[in-house]
Amino acid sequence: MKSAISTRRPLALAVAALVGLPLAISGCGTTASASSTDAVKEISVTDYYNNEPDKSFIGDALTACGTKAGVTIKRETVPGKSLISKVLQQSSSKTLPDVLMLDNPDLQQIAATGALAPLSDFNISTADFAPGVLSAGTYKDKVYGLAPTVNTIALFYNKDILAKAGVTPPTTWDELKAAATKLTSGEQYGLAFNANPTYEGTWQFLPVMWSNGGDEKNIDTPETAQALQLWTDLVKDGSVSSSALNWTQADVKDQFMAGKAAMMVNGPWQIPALDKKTTLQYGVVKIPVRDASQTAVAPLGGEVWTVPQTGNKAHQAKAAEVVACMNSDENQLAMAKVRNTIPSKTSLAAKFATDNPKLATFTDLIKTARARTGELGEGWPAQATKIYTAIQTALTGKASPADALKQAQGQ
Amino acid sequence: MSLTTDLSQAKSRANERAKSRAKSGLGNTRAREASPSPRRRNRKRRERLFQWLFLVPAVTYMALFFGYPVVKNIVMSFQDYTTATFFTGEAPWVGLANYAKVLSSSLFSTSLVNTALFTLGSILGQFVIGLALAIFFQRKFPLNGILRSLLLLPWLLPLIVSSAVWRWILDKDSGALNRFLGELHIVNTGVPWLTSTSLALIAVVGVNIWIGIPFNLTILYGGLQEIPDELYEAGSLDGATGWKAFRHITWPMLRPVVSVVLVLGVVYTLKVLDIILGLTNGGPANSTQTIATQSYDLSFHEFKFGEGAALGNVLVVISLVFAVLYLRASRRSVDE
Repeated sequence: MKSAISTRRPLALAVAALVGLPLAISGCGTTASASSTDAVKEISVTDYYNNEPDKSFIGDALTACGTKAGVTIKRETVPGKSLISKVLQQSSSKTLPDVLMLDNPDLQQIAATGALAPLSDFNISTADFAPGVLSAGTYKDKVYGLAPTVNTIALFYNKDILAKAGVTPPTTWDELKAAATKLTSGEQYGLAFNANPTYEGTWQFLPVMWSNGGDEKNIDTPETAQALQLWTDLVKDGSVSSSALNWTQADVKDQFMAGKAAMMVNGPWQIPALDKKTTLQYGVVKIPVRDASQTAVAPLGGEVWTVPQTGNKAHQAKAAEVVACMNSDENQLAMAKVRNTIPSKTSLAAKFATDNPKLATFTDLIKTARARTGELGEGWPAQATKIYTAIQTALTGKASPADALKQAQGQ
Repeated sequence: MSLTTDLSQAKSRANERAKSRAKSGLGNTRAREASPSPRRRNRKRRERLFQWLFLVPAVTYMALFFGYPVVKNIVMSFQDYTTATFFTGEAPWVGLANYAKVLSSSLFSTSLVNTALFTLGSILGQFVIGLALAIFFQRKFPLNGILRSLLLLPWLLPLIVSSAVWRWILDKDSGALNRFLGELHIVNTGVPWLTSTSLALIAVVGVNIWIGIPFNLTILYGGLQEIPDELYEAGSLDGATGWKAFRHITWPMLRPVVSVVLVLGVVYTLKVLDIILGLTNGGPANSTQTIATQSYDLSFHEFKFGEGAALGNVLVVISLVFAVLYLRASRRSVDE
């Protein structure tokens, strides 16, 4: 192990020379003046909300929380795709920000490195948070991250198209298949979802898999095979375009908005775009379950705020204050409203649902929503890869759903 | 840093040499007498030193930006390198485990075959079309210059933009290509260019050919300009025109340029990543997965950095084979 460290030394030296000097100077300043938290003037924050309106809105909330904690915020927003590589670079050069936002399935990877501080160190209350939200932020029994608001996916349907065809929103798989077939004609498909070979494809498949009792620990089960059979049937009989194999969630939304799909699987973050098209009347229901007696289990989405191990106790304490403030009741409600997401505290969610009927379905789903990393922790990415591989194999007809899952699980 | 150490080392070396000369006393003076002029020799040595100094930046640059990553990648492939390594710096040695895992995975053979088909198909298409266009543009006709610069467009576009646009064009239901083919009544249902396991690789190769044509065209056009007109004049007197002129004059004269184009093309195509990720993400069902995309997935999506590095090294070795073939070929052509 020692030799492994020594191979890193040249880079470490170079980085230290470039980065260490100004750090050392500023570091001296803070420790010399006092060890009390009053000395902290500024804390750094990194997140990936780099698009409007999220960018300004989250920025304003951070600034307000900073003011409350008596510090100014130095914020950096990076593109979503480059956040993890940035965090890894920062952790090897020991330049992690004081407050770090992470997409919830990534939290496990970063917590496993030891780069994050458990929030219990700072007495941040985790009471009343929805169980799924807490499990998304928990690594080895300790909470490392809290999400102010969360989201999930459901079934959007075009009210006009369904009314014209005399179809009511489906609640079971059989109804879904029948509705999708009936709504398919000419250039219009009955349903659109995303089954592309990325984690997005896996995420969109989870509701049918989980609601039917499938489990990510072992995907070679009849329950998961049934779920994959549903997806396969829908593509095979033409009620879902085979382009789903290559679409992103944004593509799915475009198809739905253009009237080329009567229903779609998607999340509430698409609502602002959908609302821009005033002629589009849409409703949202839970993704159908196989048997009416089953409960819909949705996957939990959303970003958690964390406090990295920067080694500066005073900075960390202030950072924790900001994280707590970002998760305050007031901020949860405000963020949920502006960002079309759901407050993660159950008591707030109930109130929010009555005030925002458009999001009622999502609010309802969050109560039982499951975190992707809840069972496997840092083992999730490998298993998520297997799931989308199996989906692609079955949907292209290279193997039956059961065989595709068996192959993927054995890989 | 290394510049100053090199300088001081060189200085101390020079000092030692001067000292040893002083020590050897008598014999030394004789030697000095024999040599033309000590001052000139000194100046020569200083010149040599300066010449070497000018190389220092280049050598440093090479070592830092080419040497370090290559060595690092090799070291990494023998380690259990995870996300935690970035924070703790600890990466246990695992010997050949990463290689064993990567090479024995069921995906490896698929990726290898796809890489071969992708490279071969792309190179063939790019080269043949590039050469045909280069020969076409040798004639003098109006708008020749403008047309040639327009053909550079694919080269000027960022790859991520090209792949996004092509993804729209190739869409099964609303893509421009299927609309066009439909209007011409060549097809009546949408062709699933990017979502059929049998067509996706062909479509991706097609896009990569489109992107590679300007490079081939430009270099081959340059090579054609070098061939003196007199050869063709002389050839035509002997009855070598058209195809014969190409076979007996153009092709032999163009051979050195051709080998450069092909080898650069192969190495460049082997590592293509952005186009495949942008068009299909390696799908559907891994039918466009290459060694490059698989290595990227392993490292940056599954966080198995050791395995990703091992697979990356496999790709480096394959590229090296072509580089060596090229060096041997070019040496032979010089010898001739």
